[in-house]
Amino acid sequence: MGGKVSEHRWGMAIDLDRCTGCQACVAACHAENNLPVSNPEQAALGRAVHWIRVDRYYEGEFPNIRVKHRPVLCQQCDEAPCEPVCPVYATYKNPEGLNVQVYNRCVGTRYCANNCPYSVRFFNWFDPEWPEPLQLQHNPDVSIRESGVMEKCTFCIQRIKRAEEEGANNLQPACVQSCPAEAMVFGDLNDPESKVSQLAENSRATQFLEELGTKPKVFYLERVK
Amino acid sequence: MDDVRRDLWRPLQGTSWRYLAVLLPLSMVTLWGLIAWGYQLDRGIGVANIRRPVFWAFYLVDFVFWIGISHAGTLISAILRLTEAEWRKPVTRAAEAITVFALMIGGMFPIIHLGRAWIFYWLIPYPNTRLLWPNFRSPLMWDLCAISTYLIGSSIFLFLPLIPDVAQLARHAKGWRRWVYRKLALGWTGSDREWHALERAMKLMAGIILAVAVSVHTVVAWDFSMAIAPMWHSTIFGPYFVVGAIFSGIAALILAMAVIRRTMHLEQYLTPHHFNNLAKLLLLMSLLWVYFTVSENLTVWYGNEPKEMMVFGARTRGTFAPYFWTMVVCNFFIPFVLLGIRKLRSIQTAIISSVTVLIGMWLERFIIIVPTLSRPRLAAAWGSYSPSWVEISITVATFATMVVLYLMFAKLFPIISIWEFKPHDRVPER
Repeated sequence: MGGKVSEHRWGMAIDLDRCTGCQACVAACHAENNLPVSNPEQAALGRAVHWIRVDRYYEGEFPNIRVKHRPVLCQQCDEAPCEPVCPVYATYKNPEGLNVQVYNRCVGTRYCANNCPYSVRFFNWFDPEWPEPLQLQHNPDVSIRESGVMEKCTFCIQRIKRAEEEGANNLQPACVQSCPAEAMVFGDLNDPESKVSQLAENSRATQFLEELGTKPKVFYLERVK
Repeated sequence: MDDVRRDLWRPLQGTSWRYLAVLLPLSMVTLWGLIAWGYQLDRGIGVANIRRPVFWAFYLVDFVFWIGISHAGTLISAILRLTEAEWRKPVTRAAEAITVFALMIGGMFPIIHLGRAWIFYWLIPYPNTRLLWPNFRSPLMWDLCAISTYLIGSSIFLFLPLIPDVAQLARHAKGWRRWVYRKLALGWTGSDREWHALERAMKLMAGIILAVAVSVHTVVAWDFSMAIAPMWHSTIFGPYFVVGAIFSGIAALILAMAVIRRTMHLEQYLTPHHFNNLAKLLLLMSLLWVYFTVSENLTVWYGNEPKEMMVFGARTRGTFAPYFWTMVVCNFFIPFVLLGIRKLRSIQTAIISSVTVLIGMWLERFIIIVPTLSRPRLAAAWGSYSPSWVEISITVATFATMVVLYLMFAKLFPIISIWEFKPHDRVPER
């Protein structure tokens, strides 16, 4: 498309052997990104919004059972299936390789969500709601999404922007920052010295559903038996 | 005035209480549908029961269904015109009118289903203050182009052979009707030159509209098959959808003709011969449909790919099995028995088969759309779906709207092309 090549290429590594499934990342994401809090009826319908969720996989037979937790968030695919299907460019690849969602452009066809193999896209079925007094703790750096638009994990793009403007060097998305097991690592895949680049080269590293050719920028580390 | 003209103009005159008794309640249903849509616009698309992961449901089912119905006009009219099948004459206009109205209704659904329906025009490519061109890599843009082309084309296709009839009507009608007919006649006098031009235009349009119709439903199919969702990502969808569309279109046409024949007393014009021919076409399409359905499902089942088998299982054995098997009975077994056995084939059985085919084809679109979405690749995201009163109201209202539009059309214009039966005299020079 002719744009200049960006110096950054943001990525994430998640060590599944460290993840305890504590859901701190989910809570942190809610607070950071002004995610609406669904009422019980809407949640029962399957309309709860969690930009990051912890999927559970069970291995073995009872009583020798092992639970594996896998935090699933937008994989920021290089070949994102959600992008070409949007008729209004509401979702597209930004110069830093992030798959971004432009709320103001979104008309709400929901095609992107149908075409996401990771099911990490969430729709605003109504205007968002927060039970008192949560509406007082909104993050001023993150816009509130109106009824009828799609949303998803942004890799906390507001923090990335702020770090770029203010030159901070401890850039972390909310989920990574709050992980007590330090299972999540965020960084620049263009920098071969960064921890995330090295973890991505680790022999335990895999990409989720990589057989689909989506080229995710999230790497999962897990011991393979 | 001769018999043909007297018979075919009779329905245009006056308004019987029976006509109103049908029209008014159905208009109320249409109004109710509009109220439901208004409620949805006001509260948010969430009043429809779609949820993650079933992001598309009734509205998309209705969309594909109505675009499918619109293929009635194209097939009957264009193919039969091109092959110069003489029996088509009393059937063509009834079919072409179905096309236009079904498209008008079907074309509303992509707008109704939007999260922010009020900015649907952002999909239209025009220089705008957003400095943003729409994304032509999206199948939804192909859809927009295909359907608007088809709507314009089929409107012309309906209008062209109407010109000689409205010119004739303009000579006899009174009041506002005369004004309408005169405007629509475009100064038609019935000269040889005009007849030749009309003939040429109809031939040309029949060819064009055929190509457009096939491409339209192929593009509708690609809305699904371009996605990588299990059992959507299939090469068979293009032709499968075209066959399904023509199938349901013929069923709609048989029903419309049966109603016209009874209510307008046109038994002399719409004869058992016509129903017999259309019933045979319906049977042929039923066989084609079952061939495609077997091809689609057999290859998935034999391939035994886990993600696809989850959808296949949900369709044939799980939650959606009742709908799947009802579809098979409605679309194949009933028409196959009723129309395949010559002794049983009659106007009545053609009507019964048409009704079951319409039900079956609506279910087919539901079976294609919803099970795939409710079984995404990651089992953690699996979900279910059942419609809300808003979705049901809007769906029912579109059926009522179809009948209302059709009734109004039949009141304004002869539903059987008169001049194709008996050429009009020349309009005297004035």
